[in-house]
Formats: sequence, structure tokens, C-alpha cells
Amino acid sequence: MASAPAPSVARARAAGLATAVYRRRKAVDALMRGGCVAATLLALVPLGSVLYWVASRGAAGLGVSFFTELPAPVGELGGGMGQAFAGTVLLIGLAGLVGIPCGVLAGVYLAEFGEGRFARLVRFSADVLAGVPSITVGVFVYTLVVLSMRRFSALAGGIALGILMLPTVTRTTDELLRLVPDALREAALALGVPKWRAITRVVLRTAAPGIATGVMLAVARVAGETAPLLFTAFGNRFWSVTLDRPIGSLPVQIYTYAVSPYEDWHQQAWTAALVLVLLVLVLNVGARLLVRGRVPAR
Amino acid sequence: MSRPLATGHQGPYRDAPPGEKMLAEGLRAWFGRSEALKGVTLPVTERRVTAIIGPSGCGKSTLVRCLNRMHEVVPGARVEGRVMLDGLDVYGRDVDPVLVRRRVGMVFQKPNPFPTMSIRDNVLAGLRLNGVRPPDPEALAEQALRRAALWDEVKDVLDRSGASLSGGQQQRLCIARCLALEPEVLLMDEPCSALDPIATAKVEELIHEIGERLTIVIVTHNMQQAARVSHYTAFLYMGELVEYAATDALFTKPGNPRTEDYITGRFG
Repeated sequence: MASAPAPSVARARAAGLATAVYRRRKAVDALMRGGCVAATLLALVPLGSVLYWVASRGAAGLGVSFFTELPAPVGELGGGMGQAFAGTVLLIGLAGLVGIPCGVLAGVYLAEFGEGRFARLVRFSADVLAGVPSITVGVFVYTLVVLSMRRFSALAGGIALGILMLPTVTRTTDELLRLVPDALREAALALGVPKWRAITRVVLRTAAPGIATGVMLAVARVAGETAPLLFTAFGNRFWSVTLDRPIGSLPVQIYTYAVSPYEDWHQQAWTAALVLVLLVLVLNVGARLLVRGRVPAR
Repeated sequence: MSRPLATGHQGPYRDAPPGEKMLAEGLRAWFGRSEALKGVTLPVTERRVTAIIGPSGCGKSTLVRCLNRMHEVVPGARVEGRVMLDGLDVYGRDVDPVLVRRRVGMVFQKPNPFPTMSIRDNVLAGLRLNGVRPPDPEALAEQALRRAALWDEVKDVLDRSGASLSGGQQQRLCIARCLALEPEVLLMDEPCSALDPIATAKVEELIHEIGERLTIVIVTHNMQQAARVSHYTAFLYMGELVEYAATDALFTKPGNPRTEDYITGRFG
């Protein structure tokens, strides 16, 4: 099989490797790589500067009182945003209760059972929902929940945020389940395992770390949502964990304080922004640790 | 010996001749519009090894996947005909495919241990995923791993991930996972094609040992392997059964010219 190379190939070899063609390829390669690195750095600039500004401006007001005290009345210094922090945690929890089970189950349906027109419709709807402005979802929940309950409530806020989570959770679950090799499904089925158990105990477990990441991305997205909360959860300057009453939240509080004319309110808005970033970070790291602990590394 | 395949109505029953564990009768199978099996009738003798040989794409894998109702898992796949297990049609009405697969185990071409489970949990997976809590899981895992000739190599690392083993070890782990369920028939779909010669020799030795207590159907494109491990051999070509005979007879004096052409290497 290994006969002498064709004359043209032999000539090219004799000419050596440092031909003009080769030098040109190297130059193009360097140029393109440089372009990629520059674009990456450019993309990191806003991220870095946002984090830097939030941290440097917000750190000053960070302290125990921020989490334990209520906002001070206008004109009085001090006070915290304890009720808004608790409200945000509660709203995220409610959103998770609405968005995660629905989203994951819809994703399982799409990946494991979905065929034909209905599945295509569901997938398309999820993609459309992902592009719907969050304030539209707020209006929707306003008419559906707030008007029928005749008051703003934590429940309405949680439902609005949960609906915003749905498309992300659904589509990540769908995509990640599709990445699980069919060989694993067949292995489970061939052991005489019913399909539902194969899905819950093998397929979902294998995809769990990725799904957790997707869920956390969705949580991070809704944790900072302000618009849909303005006319669902409304806001509250006092402690409240009652589901059918208005509730405070960090994003709404940040908005109110940032547009106020008071210097110390601006400071507290920066601190609240920092706390919100840290909250999302803690939730992210926590979810990763939880999932890693349950799935042994290779 | 015979465990139920369905609750209630059991479908048509036919007395199987002694020694016949399974029988495919007029089996036809499709993927969408393309017909992979065109009416195959093949007996599987109890506690013997039956090899299925033939060129790529002749329907070998489809045939074994029909025997434990794994063919229908593929979207668009369809089966016609009958497959008898102890005289009972596994495609009969009310027959639960899940119960068929517990009696007819399967080992795949590519080793497929569960990556999220330890070696021990992989062996016990068949039971645990079926909601069975064995009274002594350690002993059961050891017994299955010993039967799969893997115990000595993994006894100190039972908590490591199943994916950490070599390919040959993974395949024996998959065999152990099947054996832990005490199947009556073991289907092996080219179990050695992803393994090196040493791992292949180990799996073949294993087939010899477990074949004394178990009915085995092995698909292989390696004719030497069929000759080494099996008692009966079926030659499949273009979705049709060309010849079925005792392995010695088929390889020494094939009854069909096409079989002869294939085993002498004139095509395929």
C-alpha cells in the first residue's frame, strides 16, 4: 500500500515546509485568534465593571442591620431592607415551586415522549414565551390573579416569576435529556425497568447537574426582575410573609430608592444591588454543591 | 421455572417441544418502511449457545432485539409474527414487555454501565430500579460479579464509578448486571466487537461457563467466535434465515451454497 509518493507531492516536500502558503496560513491563524481573544475581553468589560461598581459602592452599607431592620422613614438616617430581602427569598421560593416542577416535567415530556405536532407546538410556545417581555407576564398575572383576588399579593409575584422561569427550565431540561445517550435508556429498559423508572432514576439523574445549572440560570434571571413585580407583589415597607398580601422585594426596593432624591437612599440601593448579586451567587454555588454531592465524579 | 408474562389473560399457548426455550415464528420487523426481517423462523435451544452470524445490515441485531421486545423501543419500529418463550407468545395480547425483559436479559455491543452509579450499584441496578430490595445486597453483588468473572478485579473498588473500568471490564460488569436478575435467556448483541482480543477471550470463557446454566443467543460478525462458543449457528442474509444447523455441521459441510460462500470469505 505504501508506494512512492506522486511526483507533485514529492516536489512539495522537497520545497520544505516554510512555503509562502504556509506562512500566510500562520498569519491568518494568528489574526483570527487575536480577534477571538479581543472579543472575549471586550465582552468581559461590562461584566467586570458592573461587579466592580456594585461591590465598591454597595459594600459601605453592608452590615447586620441591612438584614434585620426595616427601612427608616424619609428624613431619618439608618434602617435596612430586611423585609425586602426576606420578600425576595420568599418570591424566589414561590417562583421555584411554580416554575421548576412544571418546567422539568414539560422538558421530560418533550425529550422522552414528545412526538408530532403537539410537541412541536409546546417547544415553539416555550421559545416564544422566553422572548415575551417580563412586564407582559406581569400584566397577565395582574389580570389573572390580582384582579380576581382584588389585591396585590406575594402569591401573584411568585406566579409571575414562576412563569418567567418556565421556558428556560423547560428548554434546558429538554436539551439536556436529549444529550443522555440512548444506550443508557436501552440498558435500563433491557433490565426490565418500566419506562417511567428508567427516566426518573437513570436519565434524569444522569442529566441532573446540567438541569440544576439551567434551573439556577432561570432563578438568577427572575431574582432581579422588577417590572412584573410592580403590579403583582407591589412592594411593602413592613415585615410580611403572608402569601395573600403585598410583599417587599429587593429589585422593587432598589428601583424606588434609586429614583429617590435622597443621598442615603442611593447608598442603600447600591447595597441592595450587591446583596442581590451575592444571593444569586450563593444559590448558584449551593445548587452545584448539592448536585455534585449526589452524583459521584468519574 | 416459568414466570408469568402478564397478569390475567395469557394469550395463545402452545406446548413447546422439550429443549426448545424460544422460537421465533415468521418474524418480520420494520424500521419505518424498510423491512429488516422478512419472515424468520428460528428455534433457540435451552441451555445451549445459539450464534447468529451474517454480514453487516442483515438483521442480526434486529432479530435478537425482537426476542426481548427491545425492537419496538426504537421510534417507527414494528414487528409481526410470533416469538414463543416456553410456549407463550411474548407478542401476545396483555403481555407486558417489562416482564419479558426481566426473563430475557440483554448485553449490548457497546458496554453501557450507568455512569452515575458505583460498580456495586450497577450490579444491583436491575433489582433496585425495579423496586426490589435484596435482603443481602453485598452477597448478591459478589455472586453476580463472580459469575461474570469480574470479582477479583473489582472487589476492592466496588464504590468507584462503573465508568472508571476498562472496556472489557465494563462489558463484564454489564453481564453481571444482567445475571443479578437471574434471567432465563441471555441475548448478547456483538458483545466483543468493542473489545481487544484478551478481553474477548475472557468474555468467551465466561459464555462457556454461564452457558451451562443459561440459554444464550449471541450475535457476532466473527465466524471464528461463533465456531468457538456456540452449539447451534444461524446464518442470516438480507433479513432472511439462510441456514440453521449445529455449529460443527454448518461450518464443516454447509447445506446452502450462500452459507458456504460466506464462511469461506467469498463475500460479506
